[in-house]
Amino acid sequence: MSARLTTRPALALLGAAGLALTGCGGSSSPSGSGSASGGPITVNATDTECQVSTATAPAGTITFKVTNTGTKINEFYVYAEGDRIVGEVENITPGISRDFHVEVTEPGTYQTACKPGMVGDGIRAAFTVTGDAPAAKTDDEDLKTAVTGYSRWVNSQADEFLKETTAFVALVKAGKVEEAKAAYPHARSYWERIEPVAESFGDLDPMIDGREDVTAEGMEFTGYHRLEKDLWVDGLQKDSNAIADKLLADVTELVTKAKSVELNPLQLANGSKALLDEIATGKVTGEEERYSHTDLWDFEANFEGSKQAIAELRPFLEKKDPDLVAKIDSTGKALGDLLETYRDGDGFKLYTDLTEDDVKKLTQALDAFSENVAQVAGVVAKA
Amino acid sequence: MSSPRPDGHAVDPSRRAAVGSALGVAAGAAGASLMYAATRNSGHVAAAPSPDSVGGEGGPVGTPIAFRGAHQGGIVTPAQDRMHFVALDVVSESAEDLRSMLTAWTRAAERMTYGAEAAPGGAVGLGPYGVPTDTGEALDLPPANLTITIGYGPSLFERFGLAGRKPEALHDLPAFMGDDLDPATCGGDICIQACADDPQVAVHAVRNLIRLGFGVVAVRWSQLGFGRTSSTSVAQKTPRNLFGFKDGTNNVKAEDAEGLAQHVWVAPEDVPGGAAWMAGGSYLVARRIRMHIEVWDRTNLQEQQDIFGRGKLEGEPLGAKKEFDAINFAATRTDGQPAIPMAAHIRLAHADNLNGVRILRRGYNFTDGSDGLGHLNAGLFFVAFMRDAHAQFVPMQRALAAKDVLNEYIEHTGSALFACPPGLADGADWGTQLFG
Repeated sequence: MSARLTTRPALALLGAAGLALTGCGGSSSPSGSGSASGGPITVNATDTECQVSTATAPAGTITFKVTNTGTKINEFYVYAEGDRIVGEVENITPGISRDFHVEVTEPGTYQTACKPGMVGDGIRAAFTVTGDAPAAKTDDEDLKTAVTGYSRWVNSQADEFLKETTAFVALVKAGKVEEAKAAYPHARSYWERIEPVAESFGDLDPMIDGREDVTAEGMEFTGYHRLEKDLWVDGLQKDSNAIADKLLADVTELVTKAKSVELNPLQLANGSKALLDEIATGKVTGEEERYSHTDLWDFEANFEGSKQAIAELRPFLEKKDPDLVAKIDSTGKALGDLLETYRDGDGFKLYTDLTEDDVKKLTQALDAFSENVAQVAGVVAKA
Repeated sequence: MSSPRPDGHAVDPSRRAAVGSALGVAAGAAGASLMYAATRNSGHVAAAPSPDSVGGEGGPVGTPIAFRGAHQGGIVTPAQDRMHFVALDVVSESAEDLRSMLTAWTRAAERMTYGAEAAPGGAVGLGPYGVPTDTGEALDLPPANLTITIGYGPSLFERFGLAGRKPEALHDLPAFMGDDLDPATCGGDICIQACADDPQVAVHAVRNLIRLGFGVVAVRWSQLGFGRTSSTSVAQKTPRNLFGFKDGTNNVKAEDAEGLAQHVWVAPEDVPGGAAWMAGGSYLVARRIRMHIEVWDRTNLQEQQDIFGRGKLEGEPLGAKKEFDAINFAATRTDGQPAIPMAAHIRLAHADNLNGVRILRRGYNFTDGSDGLGHLNAGLFFVAFMRDAHAQFVPMQRALAAKDVLNEYIEHTGSALFACPPGLADGADWGTQLFG
């Protein structure tokens, strides 16, 4: 219950994305012949100066010819607002010239910078890109489809979560401890699949999924983990029925809210990473299910939720960054294959049956997958 | 949509693509393959000391240690104050993954040695929705004499088709009497030794290399060292270990070219055939030595001095006056006993008593918190470089393990041997160097 999916940054992103420059493919073969004058813009980079031959160029492919006449290794950057790198060329050794093409379709004010010695803010100068603003970009159909598909999936999981929670609560209230214990990890898996969405509703998250030691002061320990403790450790208590009733009421409310959430593409990307972060900090450590030790059920569910978001984004990602997709596929397969080796019947080995070496292997495979999934938001953000 | 990179740097395409695409902009650079020169922005132009040369207690704070040269940095480089050492296992089965990671590491290591970010604009330049390619904690810090030294363990050569390139001298160290080794802090396929005068710079370097390696390598064990215990240059004072003694006074030092050639650098004749890539390299022996400092601290001064064979204040060999006075193993006390006891550490470890064997020590003091019993978990992370560990470290450690009274106060809890390749020439990278 840490990787809450907040909506505010994502909305900010959509604003930024609207303003973002749009680009096309590799620019090693410049389409235009460089800058306004037809030739490259020359940059004379010394140890103390960064002389750019002109501070204006029309939108399109802009070519710079950077010559290092100093004594230090230099770098040349074109920055957009907020120091976002539009393009850079590194490793310009003294006496060397390098051609550098950058595609800028959005008119506006940029900055050029030489960075003698490769460190510091660099020697900056304003650089203006002229021309007409490109027509507003229509929403990318692939991303729209991704959001629609993922929302549909979240809804289906939410429905199942309510259904399974209803069954679990009935078993608890009937005093059927063993059956309730069997139902517990199964019901929870629906929560875990959509955790970033499910967690985004204030107090409902701690009331449904709070652990005993992370409940805020003055807040009662309720929800799934309280019943987990009753079922596995303390035995059913006088108030277990009341706790069960409250759980069902809270889940009912949550499901209604979850189904009304409007998602955006960046939330899919961030959510896919957040689910993996959940595994890294709560599941692979054995903290989440400290009484039942069914952490690998949650592990699988978080992993599935993450893969689902990536699957919905896949057509988009394949066009924008096929290399990343290939890496996500290979590291995801490695993690999935490894997890399968811990399967036991319908479920998984208990966390307490894992060796240190098992946990290490799972952590390493998760690290590899997460590093790649973490890149997805950056790809989505430029759309 | 990764941009072509005709500049010779193979980089993780997803990261590279993210740089170019964060704003939907593609950038391409054309140019010859170029390597960094040995200068950087430090407010003045200064030739960086090469790993072969020595400039006092390391260079000025803003002057980086050269990354390229005949030998790797971090061996005869004047020992920096801090170290972060990490041993990694290769978890991928793909030789190509390993090779490309080593190439990516070379680029990042070279940049960080200069005090630059692991990737251009890595901390913030990818925009608000990109994942930074530099973790940022070394921003604004000087290079702090950072050196990044890589080495390969014997186990690496059993995989990836590397068997034919394995140097003959690269095989596991034998067991020594009194060892109490924890397998979790032994061995490893690859090691990275990052040394710097600022601990944050060293940790930053290791952390960013680990990030570049996820899915290919995983950390097996690591060790932080908070204070150097060796001087590797005549310009440096001999520091003290946690027992309060100067040890390693007669280290092989950077100025001793002949000694280095004889004892530290692997010669071409040592590595014929497929292992020729290792010529100019050196073997790194790492031993994590837990010191029972609380017990030591209640030992009287005479006994402490007799155990080391040196005076505590000056570090002079017993029977002499100054630290660098010649050691006279024949000197006697007034009672006729040897001034330097027969089981004294300096007697057992001295070249004269080991058929001339010497090593270049480069260890660090460590304190890894406490042991849960009310004692500090402290000691010496012994690191030494040599031409052949089995001909140098092994006989030395055998002699010490059998007789050294110091063993009552120490335990060796970790052990590893790595082959550190020679330095990189312009245009070379670790991947190509290892795989050929």
